[in-house]
Amino acid sequence: MSDRKTGRTLPLHLVLVAVGAAMAVPLVYAVLSGFKSTDELSRNPIGLPDSWLTSNYTDILRTGAFWQLVGSSTLIAIGTTVVVVAVSALAAFSFARFAFRGREALFTLFTMGLMFPFAVAALPLFLLLRQLGLLDNPLGVILPQAAFGLPMTIVILRGFFREIPAELEEAATLDGCGPLGFFWRILLPMARPALGTVSVLAVVGSWNNFFLPLLVFTDSTWWTIPIGVQQFQGQYSAEYARVFAYLVLAMVPALAFYSVAERQLVGGLTAGATKG
Amino acid sequence: MTSTYLPDKRSGPDAGAPPPPAEAARGRGRRRTRHWLTAVAFQVPALMLFGVLVLLPMLFALYASFFRWGGFGMPEDYTGLDNFTRLLDDPVFLGDLWRCLVLVVFSLVVQLPFALALAVALNQRIRGRAVYRMLFFAPYILSEAITGVLFAMIFAPDQGLADHVLGAVGLDGLGGEWFADPSTVMATLFLVMTWKYFGFHMMLYLAGLQSIPAELTEAALIDGAGPWQRFRHVTLPLLAPTLRISVFLSVIGSVQLFDLVWVTTAGGPDHHSETMAVTMFQYGFKRYQVGYASAISVAMFAISLVFALAYQRFVLRRDLEGATTTLRGGGS
Repeated sequence: MSDRKTGRTLPLHLVLVAVGAAMAVPLVYAVLSGFKSTDELSRNPIGLPDSWLTSNYTDILRTGAFWQLVGSSTLIAIGTTVVVVAVSALAAFSFARFAFRGREALFTLFTMGLMFPFAVAALPLFLLLRQLGLLDNPLGVILPQAAFGLPMTIVILRGFFREIPAELEEAATLDGCGPLGFFWRILLPMARPALGTVSVLAVVGSWNNFFLPLLVFTDSTWWTIPIGVQQFQGQYSAEYARVFAYLVLAMVPALAFYSVAERQLVGGLTAGATKG
Repeated sequence: MTSTYLPDKRSGPDAGAPPPPAEAARGRGRRRTRHWLTAVAFQVPALMLFGVLVLLPMLFALYASFFRWGGFGMPEDYTGLDNFTRLLDDPVFLGDLWRCLVLVVFSLVVQLPFALALAVALNQRIRGRAVYRMLFFAPYILSEAITGVLFAMIFAPDQGLADHVLGAVGLDGLGGEWFADPSTVMATLFLVMTWKYFGFHMMLYLAGLQSIPAELTEAALIDGAGPWQRFRHVTLPLLAPTLRISVFLSVIGSVQLFDLVWVTTAGGPDHHSETMAVTMFQYGFKRYQVGYASAISVAMFAISLVFALAYQRFVLRRDLEGATTTLRGGGS
């Protein structure tokens, strides 16, 4: 029985191993190449390094420039997350727990935002930010990212807020709790898992954004990691091994975050896609 | 059911003695207004953010698209529909549309079925399933810009991993210029997009598959349905809502594609991998033809809108009907 089963699933295993290899090889190759010198990389592109050279990695980690990118990316991700979650939670609360004239129209307006790519508004947004003096200012990235994150966050939170039993709200009202008190003292603490999910989505979206920081940051003070990677490659295009080391270091935070927050991330993405 | 802040249900301290009818009506009206104001007050921050940073820019792009404008001061040189007629004559923009269509078709015909097959495979009890799932999804959380730089290095002609591997297994003939050759650049781009995004669609399908009750496939098994029949007549129809969403996200992703193209080829060689967003960026930020670039933005918006509405009307309707009825049922 078990033999027959293995025999039947063998082709399947082969396919999975092949796909897994195709997924992993680019990443493993980048890590290994980072441990080579550029000379060795052209002599020995595929094999393990002759001698494991760590200077490519340590040189980058020793410069302030890399840590500055990490700092900006972190600050912008946190700022975006705080703004989008706070603002969306208020709106989602109103959508979920109030019946008011214009609610459906307003909700439709926000959900329409789900359908429109950021690229459409990039140019006029840039002009607006220039007008407001927000170029080369982290708020110039934080606020638009938060604004474009609203639809998804509102949709997910609204769904969650609606599931909280009405009895709780009635009890809170009888105890003299106004809408704001109920929202702050009861709803938000109960919604912690949902808030975690939308926060993870906001962090990842901000961390990986390239287009908006590219437009907003003309000088390097506030560059984020994706911009830094592109610039580094342009600057050291001949030094392959160093660029690989840089790429690997740039990927580490996102991959580490993924391994910690996998459940929220996957749960949030599937919820966002199916409820949106 | 969920909303207890209905004005009429409200029992405040002033709800003691019944007031005269006229006054009661006025009181109810006032209370209703106050209720409305409370509800809307919670929306104000979101509305301001969304209005100023999403809606306003889009409206302004529409306005600017009717002008010849370099992007400084206010647009003054009104040219009517000139930017749009120019768009329809612009071989680069028409090429963008064609390339967008090609990416959409290949995504729907190759990438999504591939993701579905792997989702079905990983939905079984199979050794290493959790590892495969994590590995296939991992590229999705990398920045498109970082992914692009990585693959620009891997597909570097002669130097990169791709050519070395093909050389090592004696397939030198298949290697080549990859991103640098007009005839292979789109295929290379599609390969990278698939590497990055199929895992996301696979995860959506897995979530969909897990919500299908096992009894249904078991019942089909008892009725003598083979694996393909079970998939075709039980799994696939029940997965339809997920598939529709995944198709939608894939199309929108192709329409707005920018980061990956910008860091790998910047649209080259000779516009052969250019997308609408790249063309818009070139005109708006490099050549300072902001009026024309706005017209491209408006075209992208119109394409997204028409697609979204048509899709909703003809394809998503069944799913949304469910959503709106629960919405009404749950609302009041």
